[in-house]
Amino acid sequence: MIAGKLKQGSNIISRYGIFIAFIVLCILLSVATPHFLTGQNLLIILRQVSVNGILAIGVTFVIIAGGIDLSLGSVVALTGVVAAGYAHPNTYPLIVPLLIGLFTGVGVGLINGLVITLGKVAPFIVTLGMMTMARGLALVWSDGRPVSNLSPAFNFIGGGDWLYIPVPILLFVLVVVVSYILLNNTTIGRYIYAVGGNEQAAKASGIRVNAVKLFAYIICGGLAALAGIVLASRITTGQPNAGIAYELDAIAAVVIGGTSLMGGRGTVTGTVVGVLIIGIINNGLDLLNVSSYYQQIIKGVIIIGAVLLDRRNAR
Amino acid sequence: MTSFAFMNKNYLLRVQHLSKSFPGVKALDDIHLDIEAGKVHAVMGENGAGKSTLMKILIGMMAPDSGSIFFKGENTSFRSVHDAIKAGFSMIHQELLPFPDLTVAENIYMGRYPVIFPGWVNRRKLNADAQQLINRLGLSVKANRKMKTLRIAEMQMVEIAKAISNNAALMIMDEPTSAISQKEVDTLFAIIKNLTASGVAVIYISHKMDEVLQIADTVTVLRDGKCIVTRAASELNKDSLISMIVGRPIDIIFDKKHFERGEILLSVRDLSGNGFREVSFDVYAGEILGVAGLMGAGRTEIMRALFGLDEIRSGTIYFKGNPVKIKSPDVAMALGIGFISEDRKETGLVLTSTVKKNITLGALNLCSHNYIIDKKKEAIIADEQILRFKIKTTGRNQVINFLSGGNQQKVVLAKVLLRDPQVIIFDEPTRGIDIGAKAEIYRMMTELAAIGKAIIMISSELPEVLGMSDRILVVRNGKITGEMKGEEATQEKIMHFAMV
Repeated sequence: MIAGKLKQGSNIISRYGIFIAFIVLCILLSVATPHFLTGQNLLIILRQVSVNGILAIGVTFVIIAGGIDLSLGSVVALTGVVAAGYAHPNTYPLIVPLLIGLFTGVGVGLINGLVITLGKVAPFIVTLGMMTMARGLALVWSDGRPVSNLSPAFNFIGGGDWLYIPVPILLFVLVVVVSYILLNNTTIGRYIYAVGGNEQAAKASGIRVNAVKLFAYIICGGLAALAGIVLASRITTGQPNAGIAYELDAIAAVVIGGTSLMGGRGTVTGTVVGVLIIGIINNGLDLLNVSSYYQQIIKGVIIIGAVLLDRRNAR
Repeated sequence: MTSFAFMNKNYLLRVQHLSKSFPGVKALDDIHLDIEAGKVHAVMGENGAGKSTLMKILIGMMAPDSGSIFFKGENTSFRSVHDAIKAGFSMIHQELLPFPDLTVAENIYMGRYPVIFPGWVNRRKLNADAQQLINRLGLSVKANRKMKTLRIAEMQMVEIAKAISNNAALMIMDEPTSAISQKEVDTLFAIIKNLTASGVAVIYISHKMDEVLQIADTVTVLRDGKCIVTRAASELNKDSLISMIVGRPIDIIFDKKHFERGEILLSVRDLSGNGFREVSFDVYAGEILGVAGLMGAGRTEIMRALFGLDEIRSGTIYFKGNPVKIKSPDVAMALGIGFISEDRKETGLVLTSTVKKNITLGALNLCSHNYIIDKKKEAIIADEQILRFKIKTTGRNQVINFLSGGNQQKVVLAKVLLRDPQVIIFDEPTRGIDIGAKAEIYRMMTELAAIGKAIIMISSELPEVLGMSDRILVVRNGKITGEMKGEEATQEKIMHFAMV
């Protein structure tokens, strides 16, 4: 393989390629438009990416463990309408819609995980089924109508600021930090990598493979619920049609960030960069008045380009 | 240069000044190799000596840093395996690469299916051709069977059939006998003799001295990426080969000592499962229990079930006298049973991960507190194991995929023994690894027995079984057919129980 020689030379580029690409993108955009590199715009970008960011971090767990979750977008809608239903003014304290919403997402993750591990059905199929089921449940629960008239406390989660920083950004950062620690410094994190890398070897090393997979799907479901609550709060409505195709942006971010869809390889920091890249592309192209049709094409090119870059790194 | 002298000889392949480096290692250093048509040329050397790298370059999987390769007198450098095969190369890989869901025939003729017209496979001819080839190899499988239903030994023979069907001018065989029985080895050697008689050159890579001395015309020994010697096989014997390979004489490979046998650690009574039935035996502290038998006799299946990897249908396992239910490996490991699998890539290692993370994977409790990993402690543990097991690596953070087979095997050992198990199951512990690493593994087994561990060693290599075992069980068709003391055992006795 000639690639062997190339690999050595471009080791640095492929190792930090995605970071370099990110910085180059930022420089290009700040040259192209003076509105890009302003404190206000950066906060806007961060707030815009926080929902996708939380989803992407969740699905990072599942993908590293060798699975996939296509039900994210529907879970966003389901948990959004369910939480909103308990968030009308002067009904329940804020903790109630939050917990119910989170438990709904965790429940979906648990079901996904159980069918995949005990039922031995491919994750793609299970979560594809769950995608339509959760969407249907959201529509049934809300009777197909937006759930509005929510309490100010609930709306603070998606719309409020704390120490001048929007709350969704703070939540996203918190999720990133906790996930980073989980994957890098804990035993369960190590097991997630092992299960995704070689399930047989993980089993022979005494790892309870099913429990590890279940954990990954539960985290993913729980984070999808958090994203659903943030979104419902930001648009001050529980929308049963919210979050359509959100799973694709989340998975795209994970892939751009260098996580292998084969499992066993990937990082939280990579996913964060992937999320930011998608965010600044959307934002930058908006600022440059590029039509949203072209935006989709450019996004697609970048997804494939990122994986091409990563291929060279993999072998 | 005395190149004129060589011109007379009919060299099919000439390798000159070939070098190749990897980060941190000089894998090949100015290699010369001359292969004659119609001859068997053995290449020997320890794991990591550079054999695999050399073969990968020959077959076009890797590009050399410098040097030249002449094939049929022409300077060649294959850009891909496809090119090499087209030119008349063929390679039997040590690690099998079958398509499990295709048939035997489809595997053999992969990429060269006979067609009725373009795009339409002539299935009848495909199967007939394949069956004829299989029969010629003395293999009793149907050509239309799915590859995945075959045993490993049979898959290996199919791999050989595939190489032969190419009508190659040069055939590279990398450890072709590592997974097949003596009878099949004899068949293979007969085939090799036929091939060379028709002018095919064979490069034969093996760790097995007897085989090499029996089949090879010429032997080249590599050590640390350098050509140590190339000599006619008739001028060599086992001892001279060993000392050239390791660079020092090895007096005794099997440094077997007998220790006082302790209590019964593990008892198995009437155990039945997939591939074995009504198996009963005991394992004592301080002994090495050899488990002999043919490939596919059910030895691995028994041990996998014992370790919780496969289901147990009926029967009882007693650990230190107490009946135990072993439903999964974590239960077995908690009891104190360790399992070193025969297939390090499938069940031994996480290849995407590093040396360190593989070593500590089964024993993170040693370096974690409340589920948080103490990374300093983990690094110390990993380094200790790397040192203790003499693992050749650029560092604990090297990705395991880049290690040689023997070193990967040592990582598996380091991982399993980190848990300090009482009963250790070694399944084909020395398959495909070099003599130096073998001797180290034997020494380690003896040491473990000395401190009162019970060792179960499954092995298809009779010298190993005879040399290492205190007691020997023979398995045939999923049942234990014989048991004997190590000092009373002979090859004939074992084969009697294994085959009749």
